[in-house]
Amino acid sequence: MMGTEQSLGVVFQIYQSLLVVLLAPLLTGWVNQCRAWLQNRSGPGLLQPYRALRKLFHKDAVIAYNASLLFRSTPYILFACMWLAAAIIPIIAVDLPFSPAADVIALVGVFALARVFISLAAMDIGTAFGSLGARREMLVSFLAEPALLMVFFTASMISHSTQLPRIVEALAHHQFILFPSLAFAGLAFVIVLLAENARIPVDNPSTHLELTMIHEAMILEYSARHLALVEWASSLKLFAYISIGIALFFPYGIADVGNWGALPVAIVALLAKLVLAGAALAFLEALLAKMRIFRAPEFLGTAFLLAVLGLLIHFLLGA
Amino acid sequence: MTISYSVQIINLLASILLLIAFAMLTQRRILSLINLFAWQGLVLSLSTFVVAYSTDQYHLYYSAGLTLLLKVLVLPWLLHRLMRKLNVRWDVETLINIPTTMLVGIALVIFSFNLAAPISQLSESITRGLIGIALASVLLSMLMMLTRRKAIPQVVGFLAMENGLFFAATSATHGMPLVVELGIALDVLVATFIFGIFFFHIRETFDSLDISHMEKLKDD
Repeated sequence: MMGTEQSLGVVFQIYQSLLVVLLAPLLTGWVNQCRAWLQNRSGPGLLQPYRALRKLFHKDAVIAYNASLLFRSTPYILFACMWLAAAIIPIIAVDLPFSPAADVIALVGVFALARVFISLAAMDIGTAFGSLGARREMLVSFLAEPALLMVFFTASMISHSTQLPRIVEALAHHQFILFPSLAFAGLAFVIVLLAENARIPVDNPSTHLELTMIHEAMILEYSARHLALVEWASSLKLFAYISIGIALFFPYGIADVGNWGALPVAIVALLAKLVLAGAALAFLEALLAKMRIFRAPEFLGTAFLLAVLGLLIHFLLGA
Repeated sequence: MTISYSVQIINLLASILLLIAFAMLTQRRILSLINLFAWQGLVLSLSTFVVAYSTDQYHLYYSAGLTLLLKVLVLPWLLHRLMRKLNVRWDVETLINIPTTMLVGIALVIFSFNLAAPISQLSESITRGLIGIALASVLLSMLMMLTRRKAIPQVVGFLAMENGLFFAATSATHGMPLVVELGIALDVLVATFIFGIFFFHIRETFDSLDISHMEKLKDD
């Protein structure tokens, strides 16, 4: 027999998950639209990702002759991983029943699981592009992951917990203080976000130039519903990362424990923050130029450095 | 929260100072290096101003103004002028590659935080944690001087080192007597002038600003 509190929690958990899945392509569309505006183009419109997904779902899938089960199952695993990650992150409310299932370290693990599968699937077919993309992805992510962990550790040190809901609660309810350590962690997180989501200084998601692509090289062999799932998973990943950023650095406005009445406000706040974050991301991408692949380690090394500095400054100043 | 806003602002500025020290360490271009130096001066002047405001020490206002004038306007202008006259814009030569330098930098920060911990126990001031940050930025600037080959970045490193020292003096002990500060400020200014003259001599003699030429004193 469940109490009303619990059943309400479950309802809102389901609501958050559905909201995330449905909103993720819209966020991608918004980022692309902002980018188009900044480049003086009219842009494809906000709903373009949905149209692309619908088109892809209606096509017949073409699969390489020697593709194994791994290749066929990877899109589903990828999608499930990203959805799971988005369910763990407190996006509309702190106190959702699914959040305690995994802490931030497990969250990084979920992202790593998806990455391992997409890399293996890329190498599964045996095309040159696939393995090239997989290797580059591994190069980028093995540098980004420690930086991401350090960002999480900085936030954990401040809030004395590795559970995301506890971290968000602690940060949202602090009387407003300037946390120098969190500022450093925030900078590092932005770099990790750009690298992990194949955004511009590291990778360009809208190009098929063979010399520069990372993410696109890996998914080159996918078509129809598989490609749709992979694309959708990428949007979900971007959504999840931006939500983590919001949760860690701008958690104000999220619904508190047991305060379900604050949910409408929380959703409006979330939408406003997403709009701002998407525009900021597009602006950042318009400012930066794609860097050479061998500069990427230096770029991500900077992220690691910033995150470690944040941690050290927390130890020294206690803030 | 018992910590007042001024302390929080000083802490934030201290972190920015450290960040700029790191940015200078990883910077490849001379032009951006000089701009970063100017930013560091601005942060320093702001923090001195906040210390002056929160402790009601009037002579610190003068030293904040002096810092602003000297380190944000005069010295960068001098360095820009030197750079134009010597016609050097690029500095790609570092002795150790940049990621390694960053790792060494992190080690230096940990070292100086540890070193400063017992010292700051002795201090009564609320901003005593900043001694570690000031020491770290001094050591990072020294590391920059060690890893650069050209003369101008080394001089910028020297000036940044002085910035770190100055920060330690104002934030941890609430400032030295004004006479001492004036003396140091003039010293730095004069040193930059002398360095400027030096650059021209180095270039005339060796046709380059690469100081490794100076290791060979004889033609062979």
